[in-house]
Formats: sequence, structure tokens, C-alpha cells
Amino acid sequence: MGATALRNGPSPVPAPIDSIVEVRGISKTYGNVEALRGIDLDFPRGKLTSLLGPSGCGKTTLLKIIAGLIRADGGTVAINGKRVSAPGPERAFVFQDFALMPWATVTRNVAFGLELRGTSKAEREEIARRYIAEVGLAGFEDKYPHELSGGMRQRVGLARALSVDADVLLLDEPFSAVDEQNRRKFQEDLIRLRTNQNKTFIFVTHSIEEAVYISDRIVLLSPRPGRVSQIIEPEIDRSGDPERIHRDRHYLDTVDEIWQGLKQYVE
Amino acid sequence: MTLFGYRVPMMASLLVWCVVWEIVGRLDLVFLLPPFSDVLAAAVGLVQTPSWQSATVTTLRAFAIGMALSIVIGVPLGVLMGRVKIADDLLGMWVNIFSSAPLSAIVPVLMILFGFGEKTIVAAVFLFAIWIIVLDTRAGVRHISPSLIEMARSYGASRPALYTKIILWAALPEILAGIRLGLIRGVKGVVIGQLLVAIVGYGALFETFSRNFRMAEFWALTIILFAFALLIAELIERAEAKVEYYAGARQ
Repeated sequence: MGATALRNGPSPVPAPIDSIVEVRGISKTYGNVEALRGIDLDFPRGKLTSLLGPSGCGKTTLLKIIAGLIRADGGTVAINGKRVSAPGPERAFVFQDFALMPWATVTRNVAFGLELRGTSKAEREEIARRYIAEVGLAGFEDKYPHELSGGMRQRVGLARALSVDADVLLLDEPFSAVDEQNRRKFQEDLIRLRTNQNKTFIFVTHSIEEAVYISDRIVLLSPRPGRVSQIIEPEIDRSGDPERIHRDRHYLDTVDEIWQGLKQYVE
Repeated sequence: MTLFGYRVPMMASLLVWCVVWEIVGRLDLVFLLPPFSDVLAAAVGLVQTPSWQSATVTTLRAFAIGMALSIVIGVPLGVLMGRVKIADDLLGMWVNIFSSAPLSAIVPVLMILFGFGEKTIVAAVFLFAIWIIVLDTRAGVRHISPSLIEMARSYGASRPALYTKIILWAALPEILAGIRLGLIRGVKGVVIGQLLVAIVGYGALFETFSRNFRMAEFWALTIILFAFALLIAELIERAEAKVEYYAGARQ
């Protein structure tokens, strides 16, 4: 395809320059409920993409299909150009209910992904300690999950996902079981983490504010059957004080725009 | 327990019943019930006899082997039923029947199968103990949070790792509860087995004492058995309390 053809033809949606995750024609049906229909999506490398939509739009199902935890009825998922249908080391998952092992300390929980890979105990604990500090839990290495608050438990889940050094982090409504104050702090930390870590994030949420606040790209899904209804790239400057974003003109406009689009699905 | 506003330790009630026993025994109303002090004296004498010592070794060995077998077979069977639907459909009915059936009735059949010896006792312990272990393990495995299993899978757990690092640990509180109940049933199994076979271990002793109306020794032996069963249950309960501590945060 020549450059002229591109210029002359009707301008298509510009393809992302470098997409790390490619989803093609994914569909999934539970019994007689069609959860997803013909999903085509590209996730650009190094960006945070949110999957946003009302409950029942299949956003968690899509995330778990990308993770390889759920098998799709049709379509393919490719990571770095390679088709995948099972979990792999290039992806790490953060769970809505944290999914920590209650019988293991924070260190062992964080190091669990490495333990499964056969990394030596000394090495994996060293790595775990680093990421425990990274998520702000230094000093809690030997605590058990039930000794931590909800927000702290999710930080353990996040540290576990970071410690395996995956390219893609999949987060399934990670803050929905965390109280409001902790969620704010957590979102700010995530923005900071994203600039430090240079990883690709795929983030499922039902909160419009949260999606606009942290995302480079927002994929809006419509419910029953779940389909891509709109892709929005909020152009918000996140370099300065994260507090300022909440008062940013463009932030407020984007939240409003998305709300106008989603309103029709709310009974 | 409180009495007239004072806190009285549980052991105190035991003491009261011992005194009542002593009084009734001294009154010589029923020859079946010698004074409690006689029973205690008989217990002291009994534990020094070689016949009691060898009977205890035989009984403990049969109990230990039977319990080990029922744990080694029962826990994997329970895990299998908790994880695989076909296994559950095939075995569920039988496990439920056996766990509630009057198993004493089967012990004579065991005698025909295994002869008048230790094997029958081991089989009896196994038969009494295993079902509750299977059922509790199955329940524990069923209640594991699905996200914990997804977590292990998403971080690349192999099948063996999934079982040894997640499933067994997550179901541990229920498994231990099953083992505790199994141990108590196992004590029943060893006693009933020995009583019916009547020529090995405590069964032979019980038979001798009751045939010859040596009631003090008969009661002494009974008390020793009760104490043993209670002790085992208590030990397992302590281990359980420790596990519960970690399980407290289960999601």
C-alpha cells in the first residue's frame, strides 16, 4: 500500500504504530447469553488502555481471554505477534479480590510467580523485597494478608504482578474492593508506576472517572452482546501534580462525553 | 461454668462426678460399679502388667496403620471428588452411604475377609475413619476461591504445583477437621473391631475382665481409652486452631 493511496482514500482509523496485544474477532457465549461478539482491538505498547463499560458488557471476560484464563469460542489473541491461548510469562494478572494465599507471608505471595518458575529462594526474595518497596509496603514483608487492609492487600497483588517482569499487566477492577481514599492514592501511584516501569497495562473498570484519570486509551464496550462501541484517547497532561488532573478542563469534558455515550445502557 | 456467681473450671464438674461415683461405689448398691478409688488403683496396677502393655502396643499399631491408610487414601480421594465432577458423581453416593451407615455390622464380614488378627482391626479403623475425611476434604476443595486457582494458573502453575501449592493448603482447615473427626471414629473402629474379634489387644482384655467380673480393671481400661481418644482430639484441635489463624483471611 503506497503513501498516496493512504492520502487519497477515506482516512481510516490510524493503526497504532506498535501494538503488543492484538485481539481479532473474539467471541464468547455463555449458554445462550452472548458475552462478546467479534471484538477487534489493538493495545499499543507501553500505554495504559482501559476497558470501560456497564456491567454485563463482557469486559472482564475479554480480559480473562487475553490472560488465557478463559477460552474464546472464536477469534485469536496475539502477544508480540505470537498467538496465545493459555497463560504465559509475558502477561501478569491482578485480581479484583486480590487472590492472595492467606497462609503465606507478603514476601512469599509477591514471590509466588517466581517460585512457580523455579527461581532460587534467595533471588526471588530479593526481587520480591524490591517490588514490595516499590508499591510502598516496605516493613510489611513478613506480615500475613489478613493483617493488612484491603488497599495494602491489592498492593501485594500488584507487586506480585510486577515481580515476574511481564510485558503486559492485566488488571481486573483492581480498586473496586478498596476504599475511596486508598483508591485515589492507588490511582496516583499507578500513574507514577506506569512512567517508571515502561509496561503495557490493560485495565478493566466500570468507573468513568477512573478510566479517564489514568488511561492513555479508553475502549468503550456496549453490553449484550459485548462489542467495541468507541475508542477514546484523552489527551491529558499527567506530568505534573496528579491532583491537578481532577480539575483539568479536558478531563472533565471527556468524563462528560463518555457519560453521554453510556447513558443509554443504564436502566 | 459459673456456680453461685463463682467461675468454676470445667475439671471441677468431673471431680463432682468422681465423688458421686465413689459414694455410690462405697454403698455397694451394684456390683458392676466398684468405688472410683478402686478403679484408680486398678488402673495403676493395670498399666504395669505385660498383658496391658502388649495389648496397648497392638492397639496403637493397628490404630496408627488404619489411620495412616485412611488419611493417605481419603485426602486424595476427597480432592479428586472436589475437583472432578465425574468422580464426584460416581463415588459421592457410596461415600455418603458409608459415612452414615452402622459400620459395626460390617466388622464380622471383615473378619471373614481378613481373619482373626490385626488386619481385621486395621480394616475396621480404616472403614470407620476414611469417609468423614473424604467428605470434609471434598467440601474444603469445593470452597476454594476460584480466583486463587486462576491466580496459580495465570502465573504458570503446573498441575502438580496447583495441587501441592494451592489446593491442599487452601483446603487444609477442612482437611484437618475431617482428620480430627476421623481419628475419633477410628478409636471407635479399633475398639469395636477388637471387641468383636476378642482375641487381640484391648478386645481380649475387655473380654477377660468382663467374663471374670473384674469390674475395677474393666472400668480402668475404659477410662484409659476415653482419655486417649480425648487427648488425640485435643492435639488435632490445637493444630486446627493454628491453621484457622491463617484461614481467617480467606476471601
